Amino acid sequence: MDFLNALVALTNFVLIPATAYGAQLAIGALGVTLIYGILRFSNFAHGDTMAFGTMATILVTWGMQNMGISLGPLPTALLALPFGIAATAGLLLLTDRTVYRFYRAQKAAPVILVIVSMGVMFVFNGIVRFIIGVGDQNFSDGTRFIIKARDFKEWTGLREGLAIKTTQGLTVITAIIVVAFLFWFLNKTRTGKSMRAFSDNEDLALLSGINPERVVMVTWLLVAALATIAGTLYGLDKSFKPFTYFQLLLPIFASAIVGGIGSPLGAIAGGFVIAFTEVAITYPLKKVLGYLMPESLEPNGLVQLLSTDYKFAVSFVILIIVLLIKPTGLFKGQSV
Amino acid sequence: MSQSLRTPLLFAFITLLIIGTGFVQGPNAALLILNMGLISAIMALGVNLQWGFAGLFNVGVMGFVALGGLAAVLISMPPTTEAWAAGGVRVLLGLVLGAATIAGAIKFNARTTGRLRLWGTMGIVIVGFLIYRAVFDPGVALIEAVNPAGTGYLGGLNMPVIFAWPVGGLFAAGAAWVIGKTALGLRSDYLAIATLGIAEIIIAVLKNEDWLSRGVKNVIGIPRPLPFEIDLQNDPNFVQRASELGLDPVMASTLYVKLGYAVLFAIVLLIILWLAQKALNSPWGRMMRAIRDNETAAEAMGKDVTARHLQIFILGSAVCGVAGAMMTTLDGQLTLGTYQPLRFTFLIWVMVIVGGSGNNLGAVLGGFLIWWLWVQVEPMGIWVIDLVTSGMADGSALKAHLQGSAAHMRLLTMGVIMLLVLRFSPRGLIPEN
Repeated sequence: MDFLNALVALTNFVLIPATAYGAQLAIGALGVTLIYGILRFSNFAHGDTMAFGTMATILVTWGMQNMGISLGPLPTALLALPFGIAATAGLLLLTDRTVYRFYRAQKAAPVILVIVSMGVMFVFNGIVRFIIGVGDQNFSDGTRFIIKARDFKEWTGLREGLAIKTTQGLTVITAIIVVAFLFWFLNKTRTGKSMRAFSDNEDLALLSGINPERVVMVTWLLVAALATIAGTLYGLDKSFKPFTYFQLLLPIFASAIVGGIGSPLGAIAGGFVIAFTEVAITYPLKKVLGYLMPESLEPNGLVQLLSTDYKFAVSFVILIIVLLIKPTGLFKGQSV
Repeated sequence: MSQSLRTPLLFAFITLLIIGTGFVQGPNAALLILNMGLISAIMALGVNLQWGFAGLFNVGVMGFVALGGLAAVLISMPPTTEAWAAGGVRVLLGLVLGAATIAGAIKFNARTTGRLRLWGTMGIVIVGFLIYRAVFDPGVALIEAVNPAGTGYLGGLNMPVIFAWPVGGLFAAGAAWVIGKTALGLRSDYLAIATLGIAEIIIAVLKNEDWLSRGVKNVIGIPRPLPFEIDLQNDPNFVQRASELGLDPVMASTLYVKLGYAVLFAIVLLIILWLAQKALNSPWGRMMRAIRDNETAAEAMGKDVTARHLQIFILGSAVCGVAGAMMTTLDGQLTLGTYQPLRFTFLIWVMVIVGGSGNNLGAVLGGFLIWWLWVQVEPMGIWVIDLVTSGMADGSALKAHLQGSAAHMRLLTMGVIMLLVLRFSPRGLIPEN
């Protein structure tokens, strides 16, 4: 009964990766939920928006690395982030002006906007692949670990090591800062309040004299920032590959819907629910059970509830269960 | 230009395009485009049934096409008798137990209330899952251990592959029933996400369950309804007839096989198109479109909208399943790694939208046109890039990068076309009448 070792193994292989992944999904889901709440359509192009933002950040990071600029122990990508956000914001505003505005003026049905966003997704995907190619890009630098597994083992004398990567710690801290800023913005500033009003009831908001074009512009700016940050954190933590971002779209939608689409708090909760379930269900429990159970009852097989191939399938199953049992999600989101 | 004049002109246009391709790139290329165009047209027809009749936004086409491919394997490949003897019974028993657990949980959930309901359902699911894994996993391991390089799966029924085509439709219809029962009550964009997710789940299951479909090891050598080119080349009668037509045996055999597929696929397309047109102009078709146009009024009149949507969902998915079986037969192999959402689902939606949503002939035209464009954008893009970079110095990084990226022009072009059509001609080339 080696409780401490089991706990450390669980933390190292389940809790820490799931928290980092959950934070990345949460920031991504926040973007999706903002668009759904304020612009009233599901933006299928969000995954590729994240890819574009990350690509812009990567290009500036490479430029900075070439010029010798660095941020010491932290990744240089953090310095490049504002430039990436600016580029993405420009792209999104351009897309809104040329594509989405027409359908908004027509008050087109939401399903038409979804189909249009699919077309936009194609275009963004093509642009990203055209500029940076389809290969894996690694752009992280700075120190790799906050706590190294070996150092932890020496320090505690346990058999299991605990490693916390810089990018994982960075993800959680950035997520907290971003969420705090977003909530302050939505609740305390005038623009934020007008956005929430616009989201709750469009007609009444217009009657109060709120400028809808301004609300839409601020929304796209926020979405650009959120998408770029989420994409960059994910790219730092794992690696950048354009196809992965399209695949990320699906768990992000699942997080937003599970949490309650249209509700920012729901997006965050949904992100963590999806991440923890994905990691926990596909994690082979053999090691942890080996520490917890007496010798005779030790498991033979991997004790994996579902094989790792089913990782994405897990978020869907949760999504579908939530859609069937409680469609408004955990935090009573909206329905258009 | 009236629609009755436009439609034949547009079809003549695409015929000219394909014949033109035959002259520029050779008859084989033209026939390849024709065959995949026929299959894509059938898939577009299936999607159009769901969108045009009922306004359902089904983004999970890929899953149904994959199920059709699975049917081709399960009907026509020879059974692996050793694997059946080793683990077949256990696997079937496990599946039955799993299905019984789910059915039992649903029944229990429906009939009880309160705290007993929550804990009872969870208890049934957990216990059922554990029993299912205990019975199922050893059976799977035994099956996959039988000659994993060559087979490692249960095999099929060794029947002629033509039967696989309607069976593919049946598989897809069955899956559509399950999916429809769960997801059709949802609103349009939720339905899109749910169907996309379910398609991903189906593909993930097929990729992972090696005992059923060999997963990512792929099934090759699927029997075909036409003779092999080698056999034709070795047949003296065929060689003689070919030389009478002025063709060498190799060219004649490939043309014969491709034309044979084209004829078979065209027959299937015509049958399905005829059925779809009949349905469109029938009282049932008018009712479906009336429901689509004003759902609230239809519900007020007592129409069970969800049941009608389920009917259409099943029919459209069955058509996609048939196309999937045909595609796997044409390829001669089941390669699950190629079933990607970008390739199938969205491309077919572009076909439906460009061709004309709500119009069966429009969907068929869109299928041919967009497939032709998808194939030809790559050589055209390379030609354009070559033109653009002809002024640049050889060996410059930019030139190399541009030339390497020419292949990605496809996606960009498809996206731009879709956006342009949705903006300026949202009803498509052949609109609904």
